[in-house]
Amino acid sequence: MSGHLDVSCMVGGPQGSGVESSSGIFVNACASMGYHVFGKREFYSNIKGHHSYFVIRVSDEQVRSNVNGTDILIAYDAETILQHYGDINRGGMLIYDKELDKTDIDDIYTLDANYAARARADLDSKNAPHSVQGAVDSARNAGVTVYPVSFRAILASLAESTDNPKLKNMTRMFNVIAAGLVMKALGVPLEQTTNAVARAFASKPKIAELGTKVLEHTYASADGFAAPATPLVPLDRSRPDTILAQGFYGTAIGKIAAGCRFQSYYPITPASDESVYLESHSIVGVRNDRPGSTLVVQCEDELSAIGMAIGSALTGTRSSTCTSGPGFSLMVECLGWAGMNEVPLVITLYQRSGPSTGLPTRHGQDDLLPTIHAGHGEFPRIVYASGDVEESFYDTGRCFNYAEKYQVPVIHMMDKFLASTVLTCTKFDGSKIAIERGKLLDKVDGKYKRFELGGDGISPRARMGLEDGVFWCTGDEHDEHGHITEDPLIRTQMMEKRQSREGLALRAIPDDEQAVLYGDGRIAVISWGSTKGPILDAIDDLAKRGIGGIRFVQVKMVHPFPTDYVRHLLEGAEVIVDVESNYTAQLGEIFSRNLCRDPDHYIIKYTGRAMTSTEIAGALARVADGSAKKREVLTYGA
Amino acid sequence: MAPNLADYKTDVHNDWCPGCGDFGILNTIRMSLAEMGLERHNAAIFSGIGCSGKTAHFVNVTGIHTLHGRVLPFAQGAALANPAIRVIAVGGDGDGLGIGAGHFVAAGRRNVNMAYIIFDNGVYGLTKGQASPTLKLGTKTKSLAAPNVNYNVNPLGLAVTSGFTFVARGYSYDVAHLKDLLKAAITHKGLAFVDVLSPCPTYNDVNTRDWYAGNDPGTEQKERHARIYKLEKDSDYDPVVHFSDPKEINTKISQALAKSLEWDSRIPIGVFYKNETITPYSGRIMDTIPNYLENPPAAQRIDHKAHSTSEISPLVDSLRV
Repeated sequence: MSGHLDVSCMVGGPQGSGVESSSGIFVNACASMGYHVFGKREFYSNIKGHHSYFVIRVSDEQVRSNVNGTDILIAYDAETILQHYGDINRGGMLIYDKELDKTDIDDIYTLDANYAARARADLDSKNAPHSVQGAVDSARNAGVTVYPVSFRAILASLAESTDNPKLKNMTRMFNVIAAGLVMKALGVPLEQTTNAVARAFASKPKIAELGTKVLEHTYASADGFAAPATPLVPLDRSRPDTILAQGFYGTAIGKIAAGCRFQSYYPITPASDESVYLESHSIVGVRNDRPGSTLVVQCEDELSAIGMAIGSALTGTRSSTCTSGPGFSLMVECLGWAGMNEVPLVITLYQRSGPSTGLPTRHGQDDLLPTIHAGHGEFPRIVYASGDVEESFYDTGRCFNYAEKYQVPVIHMMDKFLASTVLTCTKFDGSKIAIERGKLLDKVDGKYKRFELGGDGISPRARMGLEDGVFWCTGDEHDEHGHITEDPLIRTQMMEKRQSREGLALRAIPDDEQAVLYGDGRIAVISWGSTKGPILDAIDDLAKRGIGGIRFVQVKMVHPFPTDYVRHLLEGAEVIVDVESNYTAQLGEIFSRNLCRDPDHYIIKYTGRAMTSTEIAGALARVADGSAKKREVLTYGA
Repeated sequence: MAPNLADYKTDVHNDWCPGCGDFGILNTIRMSLAEMGLERHNAAIFSGIGCSGKTAHFVNVTGIHTLHGRVLPFAQGAALANPAIRVIAVGGDGDGLGIGAGHFVAAGRRNVNMAYIIFDNGVYGLTKGQASPTLKLGTKTKSLAAPNVNYNVNPLGLAVTSGFTFVARGYSYDVAHLKDLLKAAITHKGLAFVDVLSPCPTYNDVNTRDWYAGNDPGTEQKERHARIYKLEKDSDYDPVVHFSDPKEINTKISQALAKSLEWDSRIPIGVFYKNETITPYSGRIMDTIPNYLENPPAAQRIDHKAHSTSEISPLVDSLRV
């Protein structure tokens, strides 16, 4: 770690115990010192008690992914140690609460039986006891420096020095202690750590003051920690355009910028955070106008959520709903109605692992084909996938424009990995959000027919309430007015009118909005969505190791599929590698069908955990040297 | 110039069965709109699926024929985005109280300014007469293989206990009475529900027009609408909540609930419950968005020269490192 700094930390503890605020303090400190951070939260579908952890990568260069292994593991419960003692890199550190030492595997009631069995077998193979002590010894023998720290002793010394015995039992300060220990281990100056705690508790000055004292005692207790070779000290650079964003901020703030003024939703992980954010920021400042607002309605179910969004869209309001796979399944009947009635509607789909309720809090990209084919009958739609959080802001603007210009429902594909990421990125620029409302009418001349035939197949759209703009809609096949018809001639014309949208969108949407090429080389990686960051980091890592010649084609518009442009971007590629987080390689199937060529290799993962750049790099290295299997199945991560 | 009755009629052919009770409701809707002088573009009919669903196509105002059971979500979405539009939702009892029952309850809790009319005939007509949620347990209409095995939903009772603030019942063959109810429902401040008893002449051979008239098989015909009586003729029944007082509200809900259970020999129609002391949803929104009614979602300008005018810098700047 001399010179260039790239360090990974993991903070683990029981859900609800402050793992998130520990990590938040740490991430905030690193970002404000000028570093790039990329963090990801993993948690069970549970409110309190189950194991949750946060992995944070800090670097002085851009980081877009997590890697295998951690340099520091800080554990404030036994389960964290038992689940992750094997993840710590040789030369890394394990910092944990000393009071856990005697805990036996059997005492950890939240530990999954399968995990426990695997840990026992591993410890047996190392002749270590089935306990925290055994796991700690095993880590030490693997070259990890171990620092047992008594969290309670820190509180006791604080209580003593302040003459306030109550503080002995302030276990909710464990999160500050954990953050302090990580930062001490990384050589962060106490002042920076204190500032981060003050920012984290800005609205609670008393807690902030107490936190500062806790930190002083934490740093003192960790006096024996070895000083790192490259300490994490403030970098001398000013970054006025850098923000620290939560994953869902991109689509949430993107919706505000795009003029989305109505969002209906039903609570579901990992999608609800976006709606809650919009509701907490419902008043919208508008340049040269009175304040606007986003009306957020929490519905009784997802059927209602999409129904309300459609009703609102019919009034000319930019409208949206946000959900995850199980909710989207319920929305499908209304999706068909929106397609049939040419309603501009944006559905933000934060995927998680299915099928059914699947892994409710874990990552997956399983919903591509189901989304493209969702609904009975045939109707046009656009399915658009964002590769990272920053991009999702601008993509949200595009999705609303596509919806209105082509008068189709647009499904914006996001996922749990993106949603639970915390990262530094360039600040979102609202001035780059164009608003294109297509054929939305301000007034009506002559006799109005909502589904008028002719022209480019897109009819002028009156908003409900527009004078002389009375119109009808129906899920039944309809005539130009929107009244029911079963006439085969009109049916044919209406089918052709609706279906023509996909071709129109393919021809009119700029190529670089449909797919993006990174680099050049004989090996071409194709992928969609949140694999973008790990793939780019993997390609960079390989290049540093002398393995070059890899290009990456990121498909953003996954439906309708930009066959010709993707073919163009793949010119000269000898080996095609499809990368995605699902079992059946869904993009690969679309690719094969459209390009009449199968990918040569598939790098896939369906553990419910996002790909790391390390494991993608490993698989690509095998592709490069010819030793890769047809299906490279990745499995890293707990 | 304000439109007249004929202006509210489309030239779409009406394919309901001759003698269908729904004709009475359709005509009453048109008459109510005309008498209220509502401009065509400022009114919208949302409908569900089934015979009643076609109503949206027969009235010459904006008509949104939605999906089975989903009429209330669509209608509420539009009413909330543009509160200037008079939204009238219509649907059958299967639509609203079977497949859409969850939305019915949730809509009551919200109390959005709009009216909801159920065309209540006890059968699924368009699919050839299966039992629908309001058909009484043990009743055998002619298409049923065996008497109905399900207990009936009580639409009025469900409405008053779910938060609807105007709850009434009409009869499709008493157009004059129904028109007063619809006009009151449309102008009500909050969510109004009107359950309209609407005989299906094709599939419900039990609750027929003759049955409502008291003309049971084997008995002499009594006076017209003999089973049906009007609540407003009962001077002891006051449906209105006058003060924002929980005790009074409970009394009025209880009285409406008890009244809603009357059936068979004496069937009340009229207003069962009316409470404008409960803040409509729009008022609840204004607690967080004070200018919601003057600048609702549909009225907001979001762009200038094809660029966003939303100020996101306060949000983004707060994230700076």
